[in-house]
Amino acid sequence: MSETHVTLAHQFDDREQQTEAATLGMWAFLSTEVLFFGGLFTGYAVYRANFPEAFAEGSQHLDILLGGINTAVLISSSLTMALAVHAAQSGRRQTLIAFLLATILLGSVFLGIKVVEYSHKFHDHLVPGPSFQFPGPFARQVQLFYSFYFAMTGMHAVHMIIGVGILAGLISMAWKNRFSAEYYTPVEVTGLYWHFVDIVWIFLFPLLYLLGRH
Amino acid sequence: MSTAAVAGQDQLATPVAPREHYLNVDYGVKSWLFTTDHKRIALLYLASITLFFFLGGFFAVLIRLELMTPPGDLVQSETYNKLFTLHGLIMIFFFLIPSIPAVLGNFLVPMMIGARDLAFPRLNLLSWYIYMLGGLFTLFVAVFGGVDTGWTFYTPYSTTYANSNVMLTAVGVFITGFSSILTGLNFVVTIHTMRAPGLTWFRLPLFLWAHYATSLILILGTPVLAITIVLVALERGLRIGIFDPALGGDPVLFQHLFWFYSHPAVYIMILPAMGVISELVTCFSRKRIFGYGFIASASVAIAILGFLVWGHHMFVSSQSVYAGLVFSILSFLVAIPSAIKVFNWTATLYKGSVSYQTPMLYAFGFIGLFTTGGLTGLFLASLGLDVHVHDTYFVVAHFHYIMVGGAIMGYLGGLHFWWPKMTGRMYPEGWARLAALVIFIGFNLTFFPQFLLGYLGMPRRYHMYPPEFQILNVMSSAGASILGVGYLVPMVYFVWSLRYGAVASANPWQAKGLEWQTSSPPPTENFARTPIVREEAYAYSPLGVKVV
Amino acid sequence: MGSEFSLLPEQASTIAAHVDALYYFLISVSLFFAALIFFLVIYFAAKYRRRSENEQPPPIHEDLRLELVWTLIPLGLAMVMFAWGANLYFRLSRPPADAMDLYVVGKQWMWKVQHPEGQREINELHVPVGQPIKLTMTSEDVIHSFFIPAFRIKMDVVPGRYTTTWFEATKTGEFHLFCTEYCGTRHSQMIGRVVVMAPVQYEQWLRNGNGAPGPSGEAPEVAGARLFQEQRCATCHGANLGGVVLGPALDGLLGRPVKLQNGETVIADESYIRESILNPTAKITAGYQSLMPTYQGQINEEGLFHLIAYIRSLTKTGEKAAETRAEQ
Repeated sequence: MSETHVTLAHQFDDREQQTEAATLGMWAFLSTEVLFFGGLFTGYAVYRANFPEAFAEGSQHLDILLGGINTAVLISSSLTMALAVHAAQSGRRQTLIAFLLATILLGSVFLGIKVVEYSHKFHDHLVPGPSFQFPGPFARQVQLFYSFYFAMTGMHAVHMIIGVGILAGLISMAWKNRFSAEYYTPVEVTGLYWHFVDIVWIFLFPLLYLLGRH
Repeated sequence: MSTAAVAGQDQLATPVAPREHYLNVDYGVKSWLFTTDHKRIALLYLASITLFFFLGGFFAVLIRLELMTPPGDLVQSETYNKLFTLHGLIMIFFFLIPSIPAVLGNFLVPMMIGARDLAFPRLNLLSWYIYMLGGLFTLFVAVFGGVDTGWTFYTPYSTTYANSNVMLTAVGVFITGFSSILTGLNFVVTIHTMRAPGLTWFRLPLFLWAHYATSLILILGTPVLAITIVLVALERGLRIGIFDPALGGDPVLFQHLFWFYSHPAVYIMILPAMGVISELVTCFSRKRIFGYGFIASASVAIAILGFLVWGHHMFVSSQSVYAGLVFSILSFLVAIPSAIKVFNWTATLYKGSVSYQTPMLYAFGFIGLFTTGGLTGLFLASLGLDVHVHDTYFVVAHFHYIMVGGAIMGYLGGLHFWWPKMTGRMYPEGWARLAALVIFIGFNLTFFPQFLLGYLGMPRRYHMYPPEFQILNVMSSAGASILGVGYLVPMVYFVWSLRYGAVASANPWQAKGLEWQTSSPPPTENFARTPIVREEAYAYSPLGVKVV
Repeated sequence: MGSEFSLLPEQASTIAAHVDALYYFLISVSLFFAALIFFLVIYFAAKYRRRSENEQPPPIHEDLRLELVWTLIPLGLAMVMFAWGANLYFRLSRPPADAMDLYVVGKQWMWKVQHPEGQREINELHVPVGQPIKLTMTSEDVIHSFFIPAFRIKMDVVPGRYTTTWFEATKTGEFHLFCTEYCGTRHSQMIGRVVVMAPVQYEQWLRNGNGAPGPSGEAPEVAGARLFQEQRCATCHGANLGGVVLGPALDGLLGRPVKLQNGETVIADESYIRESILNPTAKITAGYQSLMPTYQGQINEEGLFHLIAYIRSLTKTGEKAAETRAEQ
């Protein structure tokens, strides 16, 4: 039987209050993230409404296969994350660590594929800036499309990297027996965060990769 | 060990400071820099924002000095442009936005709900460090070359044409935004989950309703500023044209994104002050607040409606006429809850038992100056009239009436009111009243002439101006010198009071509120036992109902 | 522009008195409510000042009727202010049909004005009194704002698009022109003079060619016809300007509805023409292919105004008259 170490921070009256605070805190934080990405989505929406053909053309030069694989990878990682939370709930430490590792692995695969995609874009002169080149009359607005592509997927990738870091921290905590069936709040709120990052991708993928495809 | 003081007992015995409290429980720099005690963090913020206030104020002094004469003869145009930019950036992001929430809010939110600390004490400390890091960037910019985009950094000037430290400033403001967000998160979670037994939502002091509404804006508005800054930085740093018209980008899109945050930001600056006023007016009339439910709902209404009016900054920006109609009518609507509050505060005085200590003088000043500033907001909400006064000194006068006449008076009133609680010392009442009067007079002399200047047509951000505007500018600068003196006096006596001020009792004002039921200064844990609340807020009558 | 001190600006346009009327209304309402609040606060504070330490104020803390009264009355007044201001705003945004078209280009840190008869000015705007003037404006660099306090008009001047404003001056004299959107180092020096003259003097001023750098006295549509030839627009839009296969006909284009390839119909106004020259693929006319190259970087804002004036002249006077002048 593993030893459990339940911490109750001094400002809270009981563990129920502590858990409630942590969960509410994470939901409130996720609402800030919605607004943060929301600004990017707003800019995207404005320009897509103004330049539908250019956005469609830009979208068609994205690698739908890699994007699709990434979508599957990320959805799977949400599954492993949910299973990790479930394992924590049941007090199964080794299963928890295994699923956290699986989530990190899948998240890293996602990031790796993004690196590949970005390098392709670099090769094809599709990175906005002085080196951008695109044939055809829509070049300038296609550059706008790619500015949003990089800003949105880049911001998303930053959140993934931070998520992977937090997961590594969770593994360390789990290894040191900090979680139990009575106390697994950090795992739970990290799960919320991870699912949110997944959902952002679910929006990004069709908006960026699936324009103008039949 | 603290003892809950019983109302009325304070006047009999000479106050004695408690043996151990949060200030003397530990000494040394590390005990301050690594504290998680919300009260100490509040004082850390107090020190920092005071420094930034005087830096921003110094730039204001230079601006008003330059504007005493029509030609630009004190500094060069480029320098002048940096002065008003830094004045705005520092005053808004490093003084006004944190001021009441980070100092009074941090200190009082846990105490007012009967808790030992905020929900996330370490996040609270992190919030201060993030603020200091952002502040460091801004200080660096101020010293090494400045930035000259105006605090509103409109594109494409800021992205393509400015030759000053735009990137560094952007990074600094971006970082500081997270300080706001963390404070907002902490307050929302604390108020939701950690209220003492019996403290229902509609028994909360209005200070807490105000901070709750403010926190909603902090959480939902600040991220939009953050992403806007990211886009500006990407465009400027990597030359990718999001707002560049040559690429099909829209420079006015920047204005929409910017004002979507920056309009709610002004409510971040005023709602907490309104919360303070509710506390002061009740205590110094010794009466329950008139219209509690209306004031509480008005705070939330202002927060929500405040997100819907950003386009009133853009009536002449090439925004469509129909968008202008929508933003104009919503801007009139958002004024109504503020009017309701003013009427309710006034009604609270009716048949009250009114005393004129310094905090109450600031409350009176707030009501007068905020009313004036708020009414002039109606001028700006009126489409056809705004065309004439937009981007003139009329706007400058309007927002200084609200932010200085309103928010800063609220801050100073609150600082005086809770000073004995925070430090265990009283400030000198005579000097304090004098300073309040000097500030009120100096303020009006400084900013009222600017309404006239604006209607006459003097544009904002002008380094030099036609000679016929000089008389009003000289009046304004003269007023500013008086105002400056007024602000220096409290600095001096507050510091003096720490050593020589009269020792304060637990409840020198005989006020209601849980914070007064513990010693001055409070112990680290705030309360020996979690209080249980059995009465409404501001239960000044009937007397005799005590909180156990 | 006097250098004397005054509390109110001159009223020098047809709209100024109307704007001031709204201003006075707002001042009156504000004075009333400010006085009311100031009086009540001072009165209550004095009348109910604390006289003894143990006095017990009565528990008066709510009154629904009072709340409704002081909510609904301000709301009603606010709606009056809104409607009045909105009405003014509509009038400010709708130039009369007989307005004279002037073009303004703002750039760091000067104003360039182009008259339809050919006069060009820098930092000055000469206009006849009693004649509506419509200004079509754009910026070559950052956002500026065109502000004439005496006329109570203001409009931002934005790069990449046209903005318009209009006025009708009611008295002769000189008035301030200010840039009122911060635009960089010499923002406060980006000012000018509006000179309103009697119509006779205005005609005289036009003929004397005051203050016009560059090819003086050349009408914009003449400059536009020249630019049209230099850029070989006729290759697709045809020297005959009618019945051409490659590009749509341009005579009578200005102000006409145009059906686009994507099914939408738009009005071919100045902004449409400017966009078609700089970004031809944005709106492709139905029945035509996307062949037109972009002239971004090859034609500046003034040149665009000249081309628009040329195309407008094809509507008004017919192509022959413009071509004849170009040959001279």
